[in-house]
Amino acid sequence: MVEHGIHATQAVVTLDVALPGIIWGWMITLNMWAKSVGTGVILVGAFLLYRHKKEEMPNLRWTMPLISFVFLNIFLLFTLTDLHHPYRMVNIFLHPHWTSAITVGAWMASLFTALITVMLIIGVGEELPGVPFKGCKLTAWGSKNGKLYDKIFPFVVFLAFPVTMYTAIIMAESSARELWQAPAEVMQMIWAALLAGSAGLIFVSGKWSKEARHDLALVLAIATLFSFLMYMGEYFFSFKSSEAEATLAYVHSGGAYNTEFWFGMVLGFVIPFFLAVSNMKSDNKTLLRFAALLALIGLYMAKDVWLKIPQMLPLS
Amino acid sequence: MKLGFLVDLNLCMGCKGCEVACKVENEVPLGSWRLRVKYIDIGTFPDTSRSFTPLRCNHCENAPCERICPVSALHYLENGIVNVDSSRCIGCAGCMMACPYGAIYMDPETNTADKCTYCAHRIESGMMPACVVVCPVQANIFGDVEDDTSHISQYIMEHQGAVQVRKPEKHTNPKHYYVGGGTQTLDPLAQQRLEGYNLFNNITHLKHVGNPNHGVIDRFLEPFEAEEKLDNRSFIDFDNHESEGGH
Repeated sequence: MVEHGIHATQAVVTLDVALPGIIWGWMITLNMWAKSVGTGVILVGAFLLYRHKKEEMPNLRWTMPLISFVFLNIFLLFTLTDLHHPYRMVNIFLHPHWTSAITVGAWMASLFTALITVMLIIGVGEELPGVPFKGCKLTAWGSKNGKLYDKIFPFVVFLAFPVTMYTAIIMAESSARELWQAPAEVMQMIWAALLAGSAGLIFVSGKWSKEARHDLALVLAIATLFSFLMYMGEYFFSFKSSEAEATLAYVHSGGAYNTEFWFGMVLGFVIPFFLAVSNMKSDNKTLLRFAALLALIGLYMAKDVWLKIPQMLPLS
Repeated sequence: MKLGFLVDLNLCMGCKGCEVACKVENEVPLGSWRLRVKYIDIGTFPDTSRSFTPLRCNHCENAPCERICPVSALHYLENGIVNVDSSRCIGCAGCMMACPYGAIYMDPETNTADKCTYCAHRIESGMMPACVVVCPVQANIFGDVEDDTSHISQYIMEHQGAVQVRKPEKHTNPKHYYVGGGTQTLDPLAQQRLEGYNLFNNITHLKHVGNPNHGVIDRFLEPFEAEEKLDNRSFIDFDNHESEGGH
């Protein structure tokens, strides 16, 4: 029967070279994930400072830049490590090519990290005298320049948006991977930052007021809900091009990364959403921290799948 | 001047002479290719046909690899060639993610991005690219597409309606043309690429990018280490590595 032969009538590659597999792997996933936390705590921290008095969140002044500093350095470390010539990173600053989102992003992220470092020094100098050691000139300088913290903070918040979003522009410039050529990617980055930022701050919110923690749970709930809805929209309804469709069809059919994707969705978005919503009524710190932990794990898995699946498609 | 390339697939007989000439001319390491010829079988027995598709960099006028390169290692030459400066490349692989034609590879010797440059060094000396010279049936036609009297321009005019480029929807304006091609030969989504042993070889994928023996720590230590001795075998890391010749 003809229909039984259709499969065999398709063109079949019978001789070809080995094609590259996954080029951007777990290091890039970790890079994006860590950047979401590093920028997200600033965005969510700014929101909380807008809504509440500083006294309600006594440790925010130093924990916010500390979390951001740690995760931004993880992000920068793995950005560097993923390069085949890490020392040549300096070329981005010596020979910048401004049409590249990688260049623009590297400059912005470096500036952002420098400003966060200043905020951290001031925050630690003011709030934690004697840390890291007595007589530390850096933190002593920080303790005397509290006003500088307040002056640079608005600029840092403003910069956090492009720093968190520029990866979406890199993905848009990666024109070989059509799955990433979606306007939704920019919003995904923002939701990821809000999710990761609220999750990061939840771990240090033990002594905060109930109201402040309520707002953290609210941000986490909204971010997980919208992240989930956007992934679902892209996963099921966003068949824009033949390549994006072929990529998703492979995952739909139970191919590699199908399990990781659904684990990411349920673990990272669905369960934390319900936990966060329930926590808005009853202030359960442990449950909220559990939700934050799940959200961070799930976000990593979701990002990992979205990064890798379009790379499995042969380009030629 | 805008240099372009045209392959007449009706003439190509899949001898792979161009592939070999390219590797020799440009000292392309084993496991990497600037130019490759893919065999595609179409139809069911006994009504089958085999087509051969040489694939190389398309030297796009609007090259995504040039746009994404953070350090301008990929850059345009005045004659339209998209060239690579390996001494500037940082090895971020952004170009590999941007090229819709999969034409860029990470050189395992230098751990920098590399690709077909239309043999820019030969062009500079007034010679033709190595693959053009070696082709026994003159299926490769190379020249200035802005010059109406050039061989390539005349060939394109003679074959109007039958000249194609790969993935025109990407708006990259490739300067690499095909005559006698079709969806089944030029569109990878219209082909089945079943991994595993096929008619001639093991259809597979590389498990690494660049030198497989160049780990994360090595990247940082490289400037402080003596140059390691490499041979072609250093770069082989296929599925059939262990059982080569045994199937």
